[in-house]
Amino acid sequence: MRTKRIGAALLASLAIVAAACGDDSESGTTAAPTTEGGSATTAGGGGGDMDYMWTPNADLLAGAEGQVNIVAWAGYIEDGSTDPAYDWTTPFETMTGCQVNVKLGNSSDEMVQLMQSGEYDGVSASGDATQRLIAGGDVVEIDPAEYSSYADIFDGLKLQPWNSVDGKPMGVPHGRGANLLVYNTEAFADGAPDSWGAMFEPGGPADGAISVYDSPIYIADAAVYLMAHNPELGITNPYALDQDQFDAAISLLEQQKAIASQYWALYTDQQAALEDGSVLAGTTWQVIVNLAQGNGAKIDAVKPVEGATGWSDTWMLSSKAANPNCMKMWMDWITSPWANSQVAVWFGEAPSNAKSCELDGMAEHCQVFHAEEDSYWTDVWYWTTATEECLDGRTDVTCVPYTEWVNAWTSLRS
Amino acid sequence: MTEPVPAGGGADRSPRPWRAANRAFAGRRRLGVGALLGPPLAWMLVVYVGSLLLLVWSSLYRLDPVTQKPTHEFTWANLRSAFALWDADTRDAIWPFVRTVGVALLVTAICVMIAMPVAFFVAKVAPRWMRRGLIVAMLMPLWAGYLVKGYAWRAMVSPAGGRFAAEGKGDGGFLESVFGWTPGYGRVAIVVALVYLWLPYMILPVYAGLERLPPSLLDAAGDLGARPLRTFREIILPMLLPSVAAGSIFTFSLTLGDYIVPQIVNNGEERFMFGSTINATLGAPNQPLAAAYTLWPLVIIVLYLLAMKRAGAFDNL
Repeated sequence: MRTKRIGAALLASLAIVAAACGDDSESGTTAAPTTEGGSATTAGGGGGDMDYMWTPNADLLAGAEGQVNIVAWAGYIEDGSTDPAYDWTTPFETMTGCQVNVKLGNSSDEMVQLMQSGEYDGVSASGDATQRLIAGGDVVEIDPAEYSSYADIFDGLKLQPWNSVDGKPMGVPHGRGANLLVYNTEAFADGAPDSWGAMFEPGGPADGAISVYDSPIYIADAAVYLMAHNPELGITNPYALDQDQFDAAISLLEQQKAIASQYWALYTDQQAALEDGSVLAGTTWQVIVNLAQGNGAKIDAVKPVEGATGWSDTWMLSSKAANPNCMKMWMDWITSPWANSQVAVWFGEAPSNAKSCELDGMAEHCQVFHAEEDSYWTDVWYWTTATEECLDGRTDVTCVPYTEWVNAWTSLRS
Repeated sequence: MTEPVPAGGGADRSPRPWRAANRAFAGRRRLGVGALLGPPLAWMLVVYVGSLLLLVWSSLYRLDPVTQKPTHEFTWANLRSAFALWDADTRDAIWPFVRTVGVALLVTAICVMIAMPVAFFVAKVAPRWMRRGLIVAMLMPLWAGYLVKGYAWRAMVSPAGGRFAAEGKGDGGFLESVFGWTPGYGRVAIVVALVYLWLPYMILPVYAGLERLPPSLLDAAGDLGARPLRTFREIILPMLLPSVAAGSIFTFSLTLGDYIVPQIVNNGEERFMFGSTINATLGAPNQPLAAAYTLWPLVIIVLYLLAMKRAGAFDNL
């Protein structure tokens, strides 16, 4: 009899479970909006006579598929819904008829996973993602002739190890930037920090209110700090760590865990914490600083003296792209002078198109972000995938590969 | 004689293909039962058992360290690093799992404690006109979306920002501004939010069980001199056990698998639930290791069901 009653009780609740299952499928997607644009409004912002300094490639336009699905960093594809002054998606949709659908990637790892699914046409990939995507055959070589913007890209960004194979380009460079130290200006009223020590050493003004980027690649940030403060470890490249150097970085991160209050994976989490004052120092992107400052957060950001990790991003075309023509046009558009200057200002990074810096009001931005000054970038370590073969050229030791970084990060975060 | 006449003679007016089918099944009971139960059974096997087998199977693939895609080479390494509790390098990943099981038990216990009196009131005490409204009220939380409820709780528990907050941003959420106290983001908020999410799944079976409990039994217990506590212990509880068992299967397994709402009300403070570990591993991307991790909750659910059986909940067939 009892079993019958269990059965009855289970049945009675079955309908509710069905409802719950429906809910669960929703939770698979991120909370952040995944699609933007979609409106075929007339050219936004400046009206019809605005010069966007770009015309679509006629051959590609003839084959336009009507939509494109892109994996991108937050802030790379804006349609004016965050800030009406920043909209470089609507003009593109108007000119090409390609509706832009965005899937935000929160980390390079996530972007690799999304691209492996084959469901997206292209991606804005940082150097640690590009290498895995190229090795996995998930992206294809590009033909520079199809991209009118390619000729104007800074030479220092083209045909680099992370975006080319045997001298052939695997994508269009987007721009570069550094991960910054954000701090609360009132908590640090006695003097702005200029060292990552504000995030690693206990006892500072931000002790217990530190925000850390929740990705294995952050181990390199600890290595950058050790490179400057523990020279006896002999680290020369934060992505080429032998076992001893790696263990030192992990123990520094263990020390940091005691004074950290947040590990952010969603940029909105850090933005909210900067605004409500629960985070007083952290590693950040300029775009988060801009958004939080816009909401009144009392914060500022610096590139510390030790240097920083950073990114050099590349737009890449999926080898399984269902909408290759629209994706190619997007890659050409986003690296064209006007659109590239817009995204560079919004995200807070150096543009990749040399002509972007010649536009009105862009000279200062390009100076602040050192777009044309290669020496500035010598202490910025672009995200790169660590391999067993040491990236700094050492052959007497093996280095800790990225898969081990992932395992170590899982342990650290458990 | 172009066509044999069916058993029903001229009375069978069904269309021609049906007649053919009817003839094929006529007198063959096994075929009929097989055709009826076969498709749903095949669906169960393919969708449930099949996907579980695929999961186990994919944990045996080696991950290519360069492309981070699963290869077709066989390896035990993923299962080893998921289950090697003796290995100091990998065993820390299991702490979230221990916490998750603990939270699942805690959430289940709290749900039982809340569901018992609430369901008893609705089933036995509340007047008839009130009952329907109360049932609707119990089901009401299920009408809102899962994420909506998660963010609602985040907004409720958010703590005051302190002196470095931006203008108008540091007042804290509903609990802080109304009661002057909030558990803040973190473990307490996780348990509270999960209890809120899964409570209806406990209340409903308990209510259904109490509904079937004859009121005469309670009267008889009272007439024979049993005090309320004894009536509860010796009459209500034994008869209610199957319902509580059914409800606990829901609350336990739903909590065990959840990680999105815990992340939302945790504000990124710690990777608390095991689902977060699996999700992060999948995003690493390390699909085979993520598959190996999922075997932990699978094992626990089986153990949980066996424990329920042992406790007598499934006895008296």
